Amino acid sequence: MRKPQADQETYYRGIPTVPYDLLKELALAFVASGIVIFVLALVMSSPEVPPLTIQTWAQQDPVDFVTTATSELAGTSFSAAYGPPYTDGSDSVQVLGPFAPQQWAGNAVHLDTAQDFVLGPLGTAAVGNPDLTSALSTYGAADDATKQSWLAAYTSALGTATTQSGEVVVPAGSYGPVPVLMANLIAVAHSGGLDELLLAGGHFFQTNYTKPLLFMGDGGYLAGLAADQHLLGSQWGMMNETGSYPGQAWLWLYSMWYQLPPYNTAPNADLLVVLTMLALTLVLAFVPHIPVLRDIPRWIPIHRLVWRDYYRWRRTRPSSETA
Amino acid sequence: MSTPSSHPAPEPGDATWTGAARRLLERRLPLTHLLPSRQPFFVGSWVYVFGVVAITALIWVIGSGIVLAFFGPGWFHVSGVGRFVNSIHFWSVQLFFFFVVLHLWGQYFMASWRDGRATTWLVGVVIFVVGLVTGFTGYVSQQNLDAQWIAINAKDGINATGAGSFFNVLDFGQMYGIHVMLLPITVTMLVVLHVVQVRMRGVVKPIEPQAPGGRRNAPTDVA
Repeated sequence: MRKPQADQETYYRGIPTVPYDLLKELALAFVASGIVIFVLALVMSSPEVPPLTIQTWAQQDPVDFVTTATSELAGTSFSAAYGPPYTDGSDSVQVLGPFAPQQWAGNAVHLDTAQDFVLGPLGTAAVGNPDLTSALSTYGAADDATKQSWLAAYTSALGTATTQSGEVVVPAGSYGPVPVLMANLIAVAHSGGLDELLLAGGHFFQTNYTKPLLFMGDGGYLAGLAADQHLLGSQWGMMNETGSYPGQAWLWLYSMWYQLPPYNTAPNADLLVVLTMLALTLVLAFVPHIPVLRDIPRWIPIHRLVWRDYYRWRRTRPSSETA
Repeated sequence: MSTPSSHPAPEPGDATWTGAARRLLERRLPLTHLLPSRQPFFVGSWVYVFGVVAITALIWVIGSGIVLAFFGPGWFHVSGVGRFVNSIHFWSVQLFFFFVVLHLWGQYFMASWRDGRATTWLVGVVIFVVGLVTGFTGYVSQQNLDAQWIAINAKDGINATGAGSFFNVLDFGQMYGIHVMLLPITVTMLVVLHVVQVRMRGVVKPIEPQAPGGRRNAPTDVA
């Protein structure tokens, strides 16, 4: 690569110069952009839809909450079968031929949905609650086949569940202690206790919301709220914000691939989109070295508009005087 | 004994690292290039303003971000003043990306990588990409419904690359720390580097319509 053009006088030889106050331009731009930003901030404010809590979810859609919790207990939820980095499953592992970075990275979180989302919090809440203590004991003592039998029957019954005073009611059936577990779990959730229990994890200071977010993400209620705010992937949600605010509009290209075949039907769509964007980013970074792409600016004469004064000046100047 | 001087002349035999660094800076980036008071007349186009406005928007982003970070991530949810500062932060980010994109397209159609400026273009692209990550970590740090949903959805794309094992978008503490410390410093350093690159070489000359052989000062002249 050529050495830097330290001698700008040589580089610009023959081209007239004009007074130019860099710092003044910067100051004026700072004030002008500040005025625009302040006006927008005053008039438009900023997006602020409160976060969903597990308490609100359990209160507003108890059937969805219990259905999700049952799937966590059965190990059939989206998160339970996800795979790395949350579990040892494989349902959400994406590969491209032998390229399997998600698998290679491994399980970092070691999530156990039954224990972390249901049995653990209930164990804490069972203090002073003999019914719950007994139900937990019964459930713990049962073999896996029996547990799955109870859970399958209860999950099926949830399809016709109703709610009475915030509690989920299902037809009578052979569910073992599962209804007691779920009644207590939703009671804890109603009180707001489950939000705290999922976050606590044995520590006082908390900033990691992995567990409560995965739990809420497994349900349908949060997705419904997101759909109302045009945030779903099929709604180009990556570019949107809650309300009528602009979102990350600069992610339009990233979002676009998810709408188009083969990405929109591929089981490894995320990996394909990321790799596509990585390739396009490298192309953008190395445009100066890529034939055709680096020639387009000459073919599309937008530069003639940008530098129209220069070309006008050049036409009126004898060719022997130009650099 | 040498006579002390407030402006000592460069010593020919000065083999110190410090002396070499000073001479390199004086040669590559003299102050007249860093802070010019005259420029070629063709910089009068409005296209040249896009980059400047992007920088000033970034100053507003960082300024408002410092206030938000000082009072903590929960402040703007419970304070009217905090909400206003957050609004400044939000709109300055929008303005920043708007002008960064305009600047990028403008420089593309001016083929500004010519005459030894390919690394300046490269650093500009890196700023854009790091800016995207900075914006993303900010969106998932908002502590509202949008932050919840973005985190839950974005995790799949990040996990697919294997990065989810060390870059957990569901971990607010990690995202917030990266957003308010690591990435702003990175973006700022890259922007400083980008501006220094531009000032070292000066703005690129216009594309010559009748370049001899169609090559001189053509978009292909990256070296």
